[in-house]
Amino acid sequence: MASAPSKLYADDVSLLMVLLDTNPFFWSSSSLPFSVFLSHVLTFLNSILLLNQLNQVVVIATGYNSCSYIYDSSTSTNQGSDNGRMPARCVNLLQKLEEFVIKDEQLIKEGLREGIASSLLSGSLSMALCYIQRVFRSGPLHPQPRILCLQGSSDGPEQYVAIMNAIFSAQRSVVPIDSCYMGSSNSAFLQQASYITGGVYLKPQQPNGLFQYLSTVFATDLHSRAFLQLPKSLGVDFRASCFCHKKTIDMGYICSVCLSIFCKHHKKCSTCGSVFGQAQSDVNSTSNKKRKTPET
Amino acid sequence: MSCRQVVKRASYKSKIKDPGTPGVLTMTENKFVFRPNDPSSAAKFDVEFKHITGHKNTKEGTDKPPWLNLSDKDRSYIFEFGSFHDLHVCRDFVGNALAKSGEAAKASSAAKTTSEKSGVTLPDEQLSTAEMQLRMKLLQEDSELQKLHMQFVISGVLTESEFWATRKKLLDGDSRTKSKQRVGFRSSMILDTKPMTDGRMNKVTFNLTPEIKYQIFALKPAVHQAFLTLVPSKMTEKDFWTKYFRAEYLHSTRNAIAAAAEAAEDEELAIFLKEDAILASEARRKIRRVDPTLDMEADQGDDYTHLPDHGIFRDGSKDVTELQNELYRRTLSQDLNRQGAVVLQGRTVDVDLEDPRTVAEALMQSRQESDESAEQERLDRITRMTEIEDLQEHHDHPVAQLCIKDPRDYFDMQQVNALKTLDDSRTGTEQKKCSLTTEEAYGSLREAISKIKSIGLKNSTVAPEIAITVLNGLTQNISSTKYQLGKNPQDSVLDSLPNKTKEELLHHWMSIQELLRHFWSSYPITTTYLSTKVGRLKDAMSQIYRQLEEIKQSDFRHQVSLLVRPMHQALDAAFQHFDADLQKRAARSGGETPNGNS
Repeated sequence: MASAPSKLYADDVSLLMVLLDTNPFFWSSSSLPFSVFLSHVLTFLNSILLLNQLNQVVVIATGYNSCSYIYDSSTSTNQGSDNGRMPARCVNLLQKLEEFVIKDEQLIKEGLREGIASSLLSGSLSMALCYIQRVFRSGPLHPQPRILCLQGSSDGPEQYVAIMNAIFSAQRSVVPIDSCYMGSSNSAFLQQASYITGGVYLKPQQPNGLFQYLSTVFATDLHSRAFLQLPKSLGVDFRASCFCHKKTIDMGYICSVCLSIFCKHHKKCSTCGSVFGQAQSDVNSTSNKKRKTPET
Repeated sequence: MSCRQVVKRASYKSKIKDPGTPGVLTMTENKFVFRPNDPSSAAKFDVEFKHITGHKNTKEGTDKPPWLNLSDKDRSYIFEFGSFHDLHVCRDFVGNALAKSGEAAKASSAAKTTSEKSGVTLPDEQLSTAEMQLRMKLLQEDSELQKLHMQFVISGVLTESEFWATRKKLLDGDSRTKSKQRVGFRSSMILDTKPMTDGRMNKVTFNLTPEIKYQIFALKPAVHQAFLTLVPSKMTEKDFWTKYFRAEYLHSTRNAIAAAAEAAEDEELAIFLKEDAILASEARRKIRRVDPTLDMEADQGDDYTHLPDHGIFRDGSKDVTELQNELYRRTLSQDLNRQGAVVLQGRTVDVDLEDPRTVAEALMQSRQESDESAEQERLDRITRMTEIEDLQEHHDHPVAQLCIKDPRDYFDMQQVNALKTLDDSRTGTEQKKCSLTTEEAYGSLREAISKIKSIGLKNSTVAPEIAITVLNGLTQNISSTKYQLGKNPQDSVLDSLPNKTKEELLHHWMSIQELLRHFWSSYPITTTYLSTKVGRLKDAMSQIYRQLEEIKQSDFRHQVSLLVRPMHQALDAAFQHFDADLQKRAARSGGETPNGNS
């Protein structure tokens, strides 16, 4: 399957970047076992490759400490131990995945785990975008790229800026980010990612039917999507969350320099360090006084 | 609601410096009475409000004590209160009383405003007619605002002052734009003010206005300097300007030889005729400010005006002058540059232009300010420009660098919070809190991988029943969102609704925002006034709540409910807070009265 210049890329040829969440802390507590999840995903990848001969699939593992390309259908050969139970590409993928998990585990040894166990989504998004950029620059003819995040672990607030940057660069290069979120509550990052880039955000109600969701919603190429009615996430929450307590707020304070959002007045912006003037508090005190004066 | 009488302890001062006479101030609806503690003191009086023409008070937060100053036509009454609270109470009372007496006086003329205020029970702050007009103007300009005003103020949900209290910015901003716009420096060349010549008589007339004088000062520092030294000690202002324009006239004739001759005779005239020394030195200073590594030769070479057959002249004719008269020549490009520089500098003087003397002095002052530290700056620049980067130490940039901290610093602190909220939202969901150690977690992950390796892919990944539920679920989801589907996700639901519903919703949203703003700003409730206000607001909100429910019953139920939901949520939050607060206050209202007065 080495790339040949004679390839004819029609508008329905896809390059699917799959970001696979391999966060051990999520999967060990998830109701859907990782093995079942993997079997659904592998089946889905197979069907993508079968949909069109020129379709290309790249899998990036989103680990807890690192990210890595674990599969690329354009470079991997089909030779391998086809043991009859599954195609050789799946064996290769699993092999790489296992190696990745071991490496990821070694990295954690240095630091103790604390806080939320979120995966390095920002890292894998960036890797996917880099890959796509390379494809874009390979020539005028290339498959239509899209990113599919199979995410389970919750949002890592410390990655907020990086993820938003990735989202905006995806939007700029017209790469939709689809997301299928397996966690318990909704992921605000992925919701926004899909909303901004024009992708589909889906939170399967039936985790056991993951493959059905994937093949129904995420299998079609971008060209065919124009003719389909895909689920739209209902009511994207446009309210902002404050940076200081991660609360969703209706009204808040915005840093005039970096547009960080806070739920209460701060002396200094915790993101960019700008010092805010005192005018605000003065106004408050006088208005408070004013408010209290009319009395019987 | 407004009380009939206010009694406060205060001391009366006839002047600001006066130590004050302690006593009791009693204010009733139409007069105020001051009774000193010491009955023998002369400082007792009884004044009716209708004589009072104005009232002022000191602001809280300033270093001044709480003073209220009531003034009538010929004297003023200053009262010092024990606290700002007392002051505010009295001030409001006075404002109300003054407004009442004022209203009575012009009952017919203010018919409209009083009718608007008829439902208002609160002591209103005294409004000048100008302010009233401003408010009316704002209402007329903004139909949305007018609608809100109609809805809430006329129906008595909010009072006039409450309504405008949240719009102080609007009021301030408007007056600021009216009065504070500064006129910039004229960009037309005053140097081109052509003299008007009388054809028959040998007389030339120049026009001179304060504005032109100011322009001349700004453009020609030498004239400015001369004015300061010569007027009025050596000559009158009139003589000065006559001389100046004589020099101007000589210039306009472009007769350099004649100019030189005249200059030799009259030394004062020479000042105007010669090249402006101050300007020249300024130009030299500017040249020094240029990056020393820049090749100035090239710049000078670009100026061809000193060569014959090149350049533009004022009247288009070429004149080749002898070198000794060069001094008395000005080129158009010089004039243009100077004019441009001054216009760019903007108007630096903010004084009345009528008196040229004050203008001249003010201008001088503003120049001196800008001259300082220029030398130091120049030295800095030279060291910066000439340094060879490799050999220099790291240079401290004079600008403050943007301090973008590592976002981790702050996000790390927030992780605990985020975790907490996450756990809150997780209650009742299937996910267990991860209690495994790192090794166990990774171990289970590896196990899963090897498990799928050994089992391989099953024949049926998804059980048929599950597949059908998934498909049904998705179809339902899609059909329910069908209406709001556009080609792009940014299409708004609102646009798909008919105009009437859309406007209705938008209006409700505006009203809710207005009410909520007042509602939340009333907390914590400290006075009975606030609690009645909150009650009124709550009633109005629940009315809108019901109206929203009605809209939801329309044909576009689904889309509308999408839009109405956040409004309902916001209102629900307010109701919840109202109820909780009511209970809390009921619980502790055992005998505690709101911290009212009188």
